[in-house]
Amino acid sequence: MSVKMPETDAAVLSRRAQIVKTLRAIVPGEGVIDREREMKPFESDGLTAYRQLPMVVVLPETTRQVSEVLKYCHDNGIKVVPRGAGTSLSGGALPLADGVLLGMSKFNKVRDIDFDNRAAVVEPGVTNLAVTNAVAHAGFYYAPDPSSQIACTIGGNVAENSGGVHCLKYGMTTNNVLGCEIVLMNGEVLRLGGKHLDSEGYDLLGLIIGSEGLLGVVTEVTVRILKKPETARAVLIGFPTSEEAGACVSKVIGSGIIPGGMEMMDRPAIHAVEQFVHAGYPLDVEALLIVELDGPAAEVDHLIARVETIAKDCGAVSCRTSQSEEQRLLFWAGRKAAFPAAGRISPDYYCMDGTIPRAKLPLVLKRMKELSEKYGLGVANVFHAGDGNLHPLILYDSNKPGELDRAEEFGADVLRLCVEVGGVLTGEHGVGVEKRDLMPAMFSEIDLNAQQRVKCAFDAKGLLNPGKVFPQLHRCAELGRMHISGGQVPFPDLPRF
Amino acid sequence: MTDLLKPTDIPQVEEAVRWALGNDKTLELIGSGSKRTLGRPSQTDATLDLSAFTGVTLYEPDELILSARAGTPLAEIEKLLDDNNQQLDFEPMDYGPLLGQPAGQGTIGGVVATNLSGPRRIKAGAARDHFLGVNAVTGRGEAIKSGGRVVKNVTGYDLCKVFAGSFGTLGAMTDVTIKVLPKPETEATVVIEGLDDAQACAAMATALGSSCDVSAAAHLPDHVASYFDGLPKAEAATVLRLEGVAPSVVHRTQMLVTLMQPFGPALALDEAGSKKVWRSVRQVAPFAAESARARPLWRISTAPAQAHRLVDLITPAAQMFYDWGGGLVWVAMPFENEADAGSIRRAVAETGGHATLVRAPAALRASVDVFQPQESGLAALSKRVKDSFDPKAVFNPGRMWAGV
Repeated sequence: MSVKMPETDAAVLSRRAQIVKTLRAIVPGEGVIDREREMKPFESDGLTAYRQLPMVVVLPETTRQVSEVLKYCHDNGIKVVPRGAGTSLSGGALPLADGVLLGMSKFNKVRDIDFDNRAAVVEPGVTNLAVTNAVAHAGFYYAPDPSSQIACTIGGNVAENSGGVHCLKYGMTTNNVLGCEIVLMNGEVLRLGGKHLDSEGYDLLGLIIGSEGLLGVVTEVTVRILKKPETARAVLIGFPTSEEAGACVSKVIGSGIIPGGMEMMDRPAIHAVEQFVHAGYPLDVEALLIVELDGPAAEVDHLIARVETIAKDCGAVSCRTSQSEEQRLLFWAGRKAAFPAAGRISPDYYCMDGTIPRAKLPLVLKRMKELSEKYGLGVANVFHAGDGNLHPLILYDSNKPGELDRAEEFGADVLRLCVEVGGVLTGEHGVGVEKRDLMPAMFSEIDLNAQQRVKCAFDAKGLLNPGKVFPQLHRCAELGRMHISGGQVPFPDLPRF
Repeated sequence: MTDLLKPTDIPQVEEAVRWALGNDKTLELIGSGSKRTLGRPSQTDATLDLSAFTGVTLYEPDELILSARAGTPLAEIEKLLDDNNQQLDFEPMDYGPLLGQPAGQGTIGGVVATNLSGPRRIKAGAARDHFLGVNAVTGRGEAIKSGGRVVKNVTGYDLCKVFAGSFGTLGAMTDVTIKVLPKPETEATVVIEGLDDAQACAAMATALGSSCDVSAAAHLPDHVASYFDGLPKAEAATVLRLEGVAPSVVHRTQMLVTLMQPFGPALALDEAGSKKVWRSVRQVAPFAAESARARPLWRISTAPAQAHRLVDLITPAAQMFYDWGGGLVWVAMPFENEADAGSIRRAVAETGGHATLVRAPAALRASVDVFQPQESGLAALSKRVKDSFDPKAVFNPGRMWAGV
């Protein structure tokens, strides 16, 4: 672990016993955990290379408790790290040695299902899949479906603006959340949005979503629910080269079709997955596409025929369309098992998450191959092809000295490459601690300072989840200063009328 | 006499803002100026005109993205997209005629700054949902960027969201990148005639809660029905739009007609008829008409299924119609100088949501809240967010709220 976290506040640590006692008065019973053994499960999230025991874990059950905990921490200069299910792949929930870990798992109730307004009101600890399950009896679902949907929570989805394989057509979390209740670091409780659309003023909801737990703690979320499409079918298409697969994706979209899902895998990923799941994937291709169409049967059949034609025109060497729901799920089973499959062919893997303009895919894959040789580590690629979101899985063995460091360097090079070709550092996993120090590859200091001033508007003392997202922390007072070089003759070059 | 400053590049915009900062001046931000009377009237020392920032700088239909200078006319972008069989899926409305201006004058920056959308809002989202990247000069006189040119991106805070709908109060946007989407191959509209408002809200909820994939739903009551083109009769009509490939639209039209049986006999409009109706809905035809221009106009966003209850709480002398399945209610007040803000605010408090006074004489807009008043904690946070971008309130001071 090479990332430097904010300096530990010895004065806070020395008051630990008193802090624990006060927190117990706010959250009684088993809601405060301070024994090392019991805090162990909270020491890392999905980015397991980074571990740190928190000072204390608090598991509140009510908004009032959240508000009181935050107010107490605010008034006493104690840092707080919020946590949902801890599935973050970027270390968003990595604890701090002198910080309170605020676990939201007890906020696990669905509060209101309102089919007439196509909305559900849920607590942030409800899992993504549980939202869909709560409305499935009426044929509804919640559209964003990150791979971890069985475990990850809505609160975490809001923090990370999670996507999933269907977000090309149905949007990410930010496009599917109507409102939320948040608690600011000073304990203030605010409601944003509701069952109506658009904000009455600044779109603060849009700022909160994807803010990685740095702006406020979410205590309730109102999500948009949709009626399930009548049917869905998938086409499995093999190509001799990734260029041809990429061209096929472009032609599908260019012809006016927005598939429900469009995924690509490269040869190493196909082989790893096929051994693991036996989904019937062709092994003699360089790139495999899964294109899923959903909607009324008449529409799906019509579009499937068009996709098949486009695929053949683009040089597909194999093309199979699912003939049953069972077969469709089997096609997906392989893709969905890509991460565990990588875990089978390699002791460890490091999952990256950049987005690139899709046309750059062949170039990026070629450069990645060179990097793979340079670092002596294998890589398998899965790719949300429709929106250019690339997930290289770097294969390494943490028991071999130096391999983790090499994997991390390899990963950083891949992300820099994504930015270099016009893409971004992260498409859906978040910056967290993992990509924090790469932020200057994408943003200038002025850009980052503008973002940190927004943080100051929400959390002037910088106590909520510090050490994430921003490579350098500045005090709000320092960021607020403005040096005005005023008084000169205004812009002589500027046309004035 | 107000100065008009017309920068042609980003350093000049920075220079203009630094001048304002150094001399305690305020700036009104405009593109084409088509929505100038939207919001509270504000006194500024100079006008910063961004209409020289024009041109599409990047358009990749296969990648579904388009970047343009903020002052690029919307009409130019819509034409380019149309030539490539694509569109802005959020279907931005044109405020021009509503505000007594010619149609088709807006810029893409203005569309984003006011977070416009149209009937497809319920399915596709608003401008905010398609706004991927921004370059702007803040009230500190610094050029910043946020977002990117790819549709999937969570790197850093999503500042595009807060710039969308900020009415030029946070910074001067110079470049925007937006997501574009294919145009539907065809469309049709199912019409149910003669429903009252409550029945119509129930019918729209049923339609939107079905797998018919309705892309727009509006209820046009008797008293305004004659203003909408393409309706078979000038009486109350509940209209539901279906878009997509031809076989699918045919299939779903059948499905929807059957589904609507319990509410009354339904008929279907073909593509041409459908387009006419929705053009009128998108442009708020009844209240853009010359005869209605003097009426103060409210735009109310509320929970769709309760919309008729909200309307029941407003004076019967007002005219109104429903878009977004009921979630958007346009209300035109009966008398020129009375916005009746009190009753509108009370109605909204009852059913949830927010109301904006989008058209009224300047004196009226200066004396009542134009935007929904916020609860104190939220108002204070909004003010802090404004300060974080524009600490000396150089841009459009008071446009959204007094003192912000």
